[in-house]
Amino acid sequence: MDIIEKANEEAIRRMLGAEPVLIDVMPAGDIVPNLEDKMILHAGPPIEWDRMCGPMQGAIAGITVFEGWANDLDQAVTMAASGEIRFDANHHHDAVGPMTGMTTISQPMLVVENRTTGNKSYCAINEGLGKVMRFGGNDAEVLNRLAWIRDVLGPAMGKALRDMGGVELKPLIARGLSMGDEMHQRNVACSGLVLRAIAAAMAKTSDDSIALSEALAFISANDQFHLNIAMAMGKAIMDPVRNIEGSSIVTAMSRNGTDFGIRVSGTGDEWFTAPVEMPEGLYFVGYSEADANPDMGDSTIVETIGLGGFAMGASPAVAGFVGAGAASEAANYTHRMSEICASENPEWTIPSMDYLGVPTGIDVRLVVDSGIAPTINTGIAHREPGIGQVGAGVVRAPMACFEQAVRRLAEKLGIS
Amino acid sequence: MASDKDTPSLLGGKLSVINVGLDKFATELADHDVPVVHLDWKPPAGGDPALAALLSKMGA
Repeated sequence: MDIIEKANEEAIRRMLGAEPVLIDVMPAGDIVPNLEDKMILHAGPPIEWDRMCGPMQGAIAGITVFEGWANDLDQAVTMAASGEIRFDANHHHDAVGPMTGMTTISQPMLVVENRTTGNKSYCAINEGLGKVMRFGGNDAEVLNRLAWIRDVLGPAMGKALRDMGGVELKPLIARGLSMGDEMHQRNVACSGLVLRAIAAAMAKTSDDSIALSEALAFISANDQFHLNIAMAMGKAIMDPVRNIEGSSIVTAMSRNGTDFGIRVSGTGDEWFTAPVEMPEGLYFVGYSEADANPDMGDSTIVETIGLGGFAMGASPAVAGFVGAGAASEAANYTHRMSEICASENPEWTIPSMDYLGVPTGIDVRLVVDSGIAPTINTGIAHREPGIGQVGAGVVRAPMACFEQAVRRLAEKLGIS
Repeated sequence: MASDKDTPSLLGGKLSVINVGLDKFATELADHDVPVVHLDWKPPAGGDPALAALLSKMGA
């Protein structure tokens, strides 16, 4: 249909024309639109307390204590269940967050500006692996680390980024793809590239050598440090693609541990949801599928822009890590995702696939017609709050979300 | 349409198979060292005729 094809051409033009730049780190309360006191933004489509999974409730209890709204976790749970704390989806506030995706007023947020369109998107700083809040961790160790990120790391990064004028992310991603990252479950190359880009400016703007040393050591030790930057970048790229009349391109995929939700350009900001699926993957020693929580997080914005599971071919090492099969099979994932995308990205290419551009612009029509669901590389959280990550795997987006979107788009276009 | 006369020669000779759809048939043959190429195929729209018709009108 001509209107859909033309609308999708415009959607792809906006995606490929984006110029995302990491420009700052600032407290969420100063920059995230409509974020208020005693308000928690979470990953995924909107959800109420009673339907939240264990890690999500655990993280909410922890962040409520962290913000000083409750004295302890028990009081925090009582407040959350009584409605004293308000919840909303990160995506409704120009933000994204990995796994549980907690965003509250005092947290430092990475700021990515799309210089083509001028919009900004936000994501909290990655806490590292193991027992962390994004996986539902909420004890003193978790809260003390968050306080250090708020008081030391965030301000240091913000000063450095302002001083140096930001870090252009498009070329950084291109280089990371050539170094074996897919930017969802493997970010070791891009994390190193970010450190290289900002270390000198952090040293220049620091007046505390011990704090500087700790900040640089923290970034160096975290292979997934870049994930949250990639997420804010994904949001900054996709937000200007929203609301193109007739477009069947997906603008967001996200999950809250209970529901998986997608948004499609031509249907505005409506969520199409279905029960989230369990990841299939590999577990850390001592854990099994019985410990796993259903899929969770806003990090699927990375797949929405053609990275993560869509760029698996760039990252044979990650195929083994997430239990997706032999390294030689990684390219097959990318080829399959090409079948459900409207285009490819000529600036983000995969050298080992003869410089094939990553699949770009998920078309809900192609997903439903082919029966090929988007492949997502994901971390696996323990189903109980407070334990953390127990594995990594692959999960597929539920087909029901895409079927709903196709029907709704047809309805809006008067097709029956 | 194969006749009864043709059938014995089909089963008596060496098989090379292209399997379309369910991969179980392909893996069974592969387990018995039969050369097989599997084509991963599903009916459009998961076999839902109304949805498939809608997609057709939408240019899919």
